[in-house]
Amino acid sequence: MERIPILKMGRYLLVTIQVDMHDRLAMVLQDDLMEQIRRHKAQGVLIDISALDLVDSFIGRMLANIAAMARVLDADTVVTGMRPAVAITLVELGLSLPGVRTALNVERGMELLQAARDERETGDGRRQG
Amino acid sequence: MAVVRAEQLAVRGEEEIVRVRQAAREWAVGLGFGLVDQTKIVTAASELARNTVIYGGGGVVRLEALNDGFRRGLRLVFEDKGPGIPDVPLALKDGYSTGTGLGLGLGGARRLMNEFDIQSAPGQGTRISVTRWK
Repeated sequence: MERIPILKMGRYLLVTIQVDMHDRLAMVLQDDLMEQIRRHKAQGVLIDISALDLVDSFIGRMLANIAAMARVLDADTVVTGMRPAVAITLVELGLSLPGVRTALNVERGMELLQAARDERETGDGRRQG
Repeated sequence: MAVVRAEQLAVRGEEEIVRVRQAAREWAVGLGFGLVDQTKIVTAASELARNTVIYGGGGVVRLEALNDGFRRGLRLVFEDKGPGIPDVPLALKDGYSTGTGLGLGLGGARRLMNEFDIQSAPGQGTRISVTRWK
């Protein structure tokens, strides 16, 4: 079966969506990511959509679901590289992607994941102390 | 208003939702739509194609290149012989869905296009026509 590859980079998982996804492929990616977060004890997920020329309500829901599920598994999610035309269309469609963090590119996305993790760790430290 | 060119595609399953998106993109590019308009048209096509598959049990889409003498446009007409929509105004409301979706498909597609027309009745299928002008 066709699958979108998931790369492991340190404590993070990296996904680059480069195909025009049909709905089943999006569902498989969602399941695969949760399994990989669990297996690698990943602390963050970065999904790069710079190659996607549309995000409809189905793909939007997949991104929001991934962020929500990852959250429950104690991992942060950031979506990077959304094209301006896609962002404009998404808002007009009525999708606001609740709970999904975004960054302009992969580099900034990685910084965001790192910052979220640092913040959480110092926060935990305070509570323990 | 003249229909300059038309093509019909089957919309039966998931793979065909992707094909409809690609066809809508090609036609929008061919008619000279800008990138934002292309994206709006393709996204509306994706939402309506998915509705045709999920709620209509499959159907067809007709793509039409239009010219009304002043401007060019692209019309997409989705037709299915499914169960139909009992309450069209309710189906157009954001957040309303009888399926597993977000309920943004119909209302979203209407916002993304310039013209929107829906004809549906229980047991008689659904016909949705959307147009974007350049």
